[in-house]
Amino acid sequence: MELRQRFGEDAAIYAGGTEILLAMKLGVARWPHLIDVKPIASLGEISATKDTLRIGATATHWTIERHALVARVLPALTRLEANVANVRVRAAGTLAGNLAFAEPHADPPALLIALGARVVLEGSAGSRSLPVAELITGMYETAIAADEIIVAIEIPLPAQDARATYVKFQILERPSVGVAAVATVRDGRFVGAPTMVVGAVDEMARSVPTVQFAGADARDARTREALAEAARAAVEPTADLAGSVDYKRHLVGVFAQRAVASLLAQAS
Amino acid sequence: MGRREIHLRLNGRDRRALVEDQVLLIELVRSLGLVGTKLSCDMQVCGACTVLLDGRPVSSCTTLAIEADGKPVETIEGLADGTKLHPLQEAFIDHFAFQCGYCTPGMIVSAKALLDEHPAPDAAEVRHWMEGNICRCTGYQTIVDAVLDAADQLRSVS
Repeated sequence: MELRQRFGEDAAIYAGGTEILLAMKLGVARWPHLIDVKPIASLGEISATKDTLRIGATATHWTIERHALVARVLPALTRLEANVANVRVRAAGTLAGNLAFAEPHADPPALLIALGARVVLEGSAGSRSLPVAELITGMYETAIAADEIIVAIEIPLPAQDARATYVKFQILERPSVGVAAVATVRDGRFVGAPTMVVGAVDEMARSVPTVQFAGADARDARTREALAEAARAAVEPTADLAGSVDYKRHLVGVFAQRAVASLLAQAS
Repeated sequence: MGRREIHLRLNGRDRRALVEDQVLLIELVRSLGLVGTKLSCDMQVCGACTVLLDGRPVSSCTTLAIEADGKPVETIEGLADGTKLHPLQEAFIDHFAFQCGYCTPGMIVSAKALLDEHPAPDAAEVRHWMEGNICRCTGYQTIVDAVLDAADQLRSVS
């Protein structure tokens, strides 16, 4: 913390290096100092209470993917982590680093936002907790102050009968479209409104307005198409090598439907 | 820039190296004469530069050499036992699992990490693990066959 305060914006917090070393090699960013946080053992811990999963800032995708506790309490996160980038990036990269870098084509933000996850930040003014939805403010932009570091991610566990899912489409090393959904489905119907967040397609993850789907029949094709339409309307896709605006918006609808299908499959 | 002495266990041998902070692991191992590790995309996508750091596969093109301080590092040169090739190397030959050969060291090192953790993977597990290693010659099927065959060989000798 002392180093963070001394160097401020002249230093970057360094753990896996999968994003910042890449950016530094490409010459798009440079810092005179990197502060390696991996030696701080307590930052690597993963633990859970009965309603919250806490993942330390230096826990790698590799570790999270293999963690028995995570698999038991939040299997959707295990599946997501097992499919981040490639095995080498997972071996080195951290979940907290992924959030802090705020690369728009990322998997974790959509699911974490859908689950209402928060990050714990520590800085010279003390500790604060911020929803992931407010942490990422734009492409490569976050609300992390120059004297702050992420120390942990706290994820509220879904209620006993709620299910979470993350489905994505990916042809290159980063996702083109990712859709996260969290809902309780009973006898094929949503109990309350489902939560849906679309990631990787826009400058940042976008929540889909779903209030009107409270109690809706998730098996009904019309419900699913209406949800897909709401998801398509919630995003402004960025055109890139992975596809045009229209193509990506189409994919958002397809994967919104698949997310609902995944929730139904888990509920049965 | 700082310069420091690091101690690593490289392919089973203790090595000492004086490195500047910004030196990458691939630069270090190649400067020590281990040129089997190849640089290709230089951005963690292709897998040609894969080495095992503390048993885990990493892209040595985007890993600082100082990360290896106090840790074991295994490169493609560490697999064979003298002139006796590792079963993965034999299987890649038997299955014609390479053509130009540039991706092969990374493929084999990555596959070794898989088999160290999962001695009996199925084809889908092999494909999932290896999807971050890119080959422009083979079409991959022979690589998957070679890894599965090597897994069988390794299990039968152990």
